[in-house]
Amino acid sequence: MTSIHASSLAVGYGKRPVVDNISLNMQPGELLVLIGTNGSGKSTLLKTLAGLINPMHGDLSLLGSAPGQLPTQVAYLPQHPVSSHTLPLCVQDVVAMGRYAHLGLFKRSTDTDRAIVLESMKRTGIDSQANDPIRDLSGGQQQRTHLAQVLARRAEVLLLDEPTAGLDLNGRKAVADLIATERARGVTVVLATHELADAESADLVMLLAQRVVSLGAPADALRDEYLRECFGFTQPH
Amino acid sequence: MNYLIDPFANNEFMRLALFGGILVACTCAIAGTFVVLRGLAFVGDALAHGVLPGIATAMLLGVSGIVGAAIGAAVMMGGVSVVSRRFRLSGDTAIGLLFVGMLALGVMITSRSASFVGDLAHILFGELLGITTTDLAWQFIALVIVGIIAFVGRRPFLLLSVDDGLARTSGFSARLFHNVMLTMVAITVIASFQTVGTLLVLGMLIAPAATGSLFARRIESMMLIAALVGSLSTYIGLLVSYHYDLAAGASIVLTAVVIFAISATANEIRKSRGHDHHDHEHPHVHGEIHV
Repeated sequence: MTSIHASSLAVGYGKRPVVDNISLNMQPGELLVLIGTNGSGKSTLLKTLAGLINPMHGDLSLLGSAPGQLPTQVAYLPQHPVSSHTLPLCVQDVVAMGRYAHLGLFKRSTDTDRAIVLESMKRTGIDSQANDPIRDLSGGQQQRTHLAQVLARRAEVLLLDEPTAGLDLNGRKAVADLIATERARGVTVVLATHELADAESADLVMLLAQRVVSLGAPADALRDEYLRECFGFTQPH
Repeated sequence: MNYLIDPFANNEFMRLALFGGILVACTCAIAGTFVVLRGLAFVGDALAHGVLPGIATAMLLGVSGIVGAAIGAAVMMGGVSVVSRRFRLSGDTAIGLLFVGMLALGVMITSRSASFVGDLAHILFGELLGITTTDLAWQFIALVIVGIIAFVGRRPFLLLSVDDGLARTSGFSARLFHNVMLTMVAITVIASFQTVGTLLVLGMLIAPAATGSLFARRIESMMLIAALVGSLSTYIGLLVSYHYDLAAGASIVLTAVVIFAISATANEIRKSRGHDHHDHEHPHVHGEIHV
């Protein structure tokens, strides 16, 4: 089954589209990297995929359903996850919230849920701080916690909005490894980023500048004329 | 010891006030935890004042103030929802408009009463020393209802406390559960106005829960600390009120705020002295993983 299908899709707020005429098909295990400047439409597209904003027009489906209809199979990491100073939650509680889509209102958590939470914390390297209040952690540690929460969903589609923000080089490498592992088990990943290096391992790259500048394999989508149009400069060769 | 126990041992009205205050403290601890976490203090304040015209009308008509408060709260919640969506105003503007409007209406209605000042003071500051066993029964029912709502809605409430989007992408309707949370706050306000009054109930909703948030690492422990602080405030406030002939409701709420101030100061001193060992006390996962 196609993981993500979009045809003549327009996304935006109110009556004004931010990006329109988006058409793409993604298969299980593929990685789409969205690249563009601030305000280019990356986050708007991700929010639309997550079901937080309604598509303005065109067709869009994830795993054969409308956006927002499969909370157990689609997980979304927002650009700046909230880690309120007032939240008296420790890391494992925040990660456990990733299981709520599966548990709903009434289901009791099982040993499997707890094992998934623990494994997710280990995979992002935050397990050593499982019992620490999230409000006492650094920005990078909080980001690892939110990443673990997304992994705990055990979703088939991951929508990640700048997941490496606030992470050091080791953290960035760890995220890249996580994405590779998820793809290997058939998870489709859409990643919004400012980093051109993140596009190297992608199946598809979409350059955005309030419109689709280019879409295709990295070598095609990142050609100099597209980069110049998008950023005003090209990569050093 | 007599100073601490005799007022309750020798006076039934003091015992009833203590039981009533503890029931309110427990109810406010549950609802107040989510008020603090989700940042609903202004909504809580508006709800507390929005019930005023309902109670005033009920008093004029000679029917139960609880019924009037319930109608006032429903009008307030519906009004905020309609004003913010239809007129594209920010939430706090809509709440502010309804808040002052309902408060003014309540004062106008109360001014028709022969005992204007007395009725208004009763509504705003409560009449803790005059509560009956029937009032206690109502407060107990409210506590059970609020407890059930909080238990059933704990997961979406927690997600909403982090982010509306997280709740929605987890399969929960943000609007539905936000309204359920407001209903829970409204029930708490309605059940508590007899005890601490509509003006001071906000203090019982926020101060104990805020104290809990300083020390707790889990929602359950935040609620437990809030309930203990609220109950302790009730006891101390009633004692102060009895011995120094001060208003009971105000004494209780002021005690709760003072406990928060002392706790916050102590917490800051503890942190500044580097006694906060969070970063190194738990090098590995231990104990049970809670989901």
